[in-house]
Amino acid sequence: MSHEHFINQAISSWMSEEGPDSDIILSSRIRLARNFNEYNFPTLYAPEEAKEIIIKMEEILKKLDVNQFGRMELLKINDLQQLEKMVLVEKHLISPQLAESSPYGACLVTENEDVSIMVNEEDHIRIQCLFPGLQLTEALKAANQIDDLLESFIHFAFDEKHGYLTSCPTNVGTGLRGSVMMHLPGLILTHQINRIIPAINQLGLAVRGIYGEGSEALGNIFQISNQITLGKSEEDIVEDLHGVVNQLISQERSAREALRKTSNIQLEDRVYRSYGILANSRIIESKEAARCLSDVRLGIDMGYIQNTSKNILNELMILTQPGFLQQYAGGPLRPHERDIRRATLIRERLLLELDKR
Amino acid sequence: MNCQECNQRPATLHFTKIINGEKTEVHLCEKCAQEKGELFMLNGGSGFTFNHLLAGLLNLDTSFQQQNQDAFHQEEVLQCDHCSMTFQQFIKIGRFGCSHCYEAFKEQLVPVFKRLHGGNWAHNGKIPKRIGGGIHLRKRIEEFKNQLKDLISREEFEKAAVIRDEIRSLEKELNGSQEGGE
Repeated sequence: MSHEHFINQAISSWMSEEGPDSDIILSSRIRLARNFNEYNFPTLYAPEEAKEIIIKMEEILKKLDVNQFGRMELLKINDLQQLEKMVLVEKHLISPQLAESSPYGACLVTENEDVSIMVNEEDHIRIQCLFPGLQLTEALKAANQIDDLLESFIHFAFDEKHGYLTSCPTNVGTGLRGSVMMHLPGLILTHQINRIIPAINQLGLAVRGIYGEGSEALGNIFQISNQITLGKSEEDIVEDLHGVVNQLISQERSAREALRKTSNIQLEDRVYRSYGILANSRIIESKEAARCLSDVRLGIDMGYIQNTSKNILNELMILTQPGFLQQYAGGPLRPHERDIRRATLIRERLLLELDKR
Repeated sequence: MNCQECNQRPATLHFTKIINGEKTEVHLCEKCAQEKGELFMLNGGSGFTFNHLLAGLLNLDTSFQQQNQDAFHQEEVLQCDHCSMTFQQFIKIGRFGCSHCYEAFKEQLVPVFKRLHGGNWAHNGKIPKRIGGGIHLRKRIEEFKNQLKDLISREEFEKAAVIRDEIRSLEKELNGSQEGGE
């Protein structure tokens, strides 16, 4: 297994497998932030400290060789090409921050890509578990197991009063951020989302677009995550997030039913128009592609379109990102060329579905 | 259209605020927007990171501190002995330099934590096993003591006696582990 494995293997397990409530929930993620006790935080550590941390992680990795999570590979950010970094970001294996502004960054990834450990990002260590569908509890369990495993080698920065110490005060305590990626076209079409987002914010949860902070809600995909990390137990944080997500799921389902009742033919028309665009266009921008993919996915979930795999949205949302497109083209593309590639890729992917029938 | 605040300069910023579901249209010139702090809310997407917001939050504290400092003249600079980050630097970048900063700035941090974490300031979650030996025991003793009180108030003395013995043995273990290590 080499780093090419992660670049070339386009589909991570969270994209292809179906999890619970996968008609609305694309994926669930748990992240734990941890730091070595003996080194300064990445805010101001010396390059030597950063390098020592990488060496320690390499040593730990060797000892972990056989464990329940399968083999892990360590990728150093500096060894990667610009496009390769983009691909890893688009697959949510690493954060944009690790790719762009962490010269001593590295990342440990399992073969099926459901676990990744970022090294020397904002904190020394960030354990991430990404599972398909609504599986927050399962992801927390996995993250905790990895944490326990690392803890047997590393003395984490911790104090009794503040819990796990992190470089940013917003992560202190549990260091836990749980986030759920949701496809909410029903709430958008019924204009309920603008009412719902402020309510979610009031509960101490954040709502963001698909690529995290400051990103747009491309393809009607939203990320809901906890903001409070201190004063609650890990289980309670996840439980609270779970509760709100369940509420959203039922709101989205009833919005979809309401749409079916009030504007069945309009909705079916919209779904098929979008399908038509995806199946026939020769040039398509990422925004339009995301919008159409969302419509088609809604059409599949609501039964208008049959015999097309559900994961087409998850998959194509990622595969049509600029990094992926260019990686497949074998080099940098201008935006216009990307739009042509994107259109071709989507057409071909839809044809594959037809062949399956 | 003129700015609704000053009624002099043309309004260049137009936006809709939704607070608790209540919608208001706002038209401001750049100057008034800045003064009202509305620019903060506007830039959500580009160039305005969470970091600025955080620094803003922390700064509320310092303006208050500044007054104190003026009153008592210049006090010594608050600094972490381990990584030499000053409290001012921490406020500016919104990141700690090392784990010791938490101890160095602890007096200042409680209100910060409370604001960031919905009123919470103390950890209530996982404890690493390695350092946690003592803490785990103390927490369990705490729990047993609460149970004990409960049982005594309900006059279930037989059960209370069992719990009492449990506490004694845990306390013995705790003393042992503190002598032994850490």
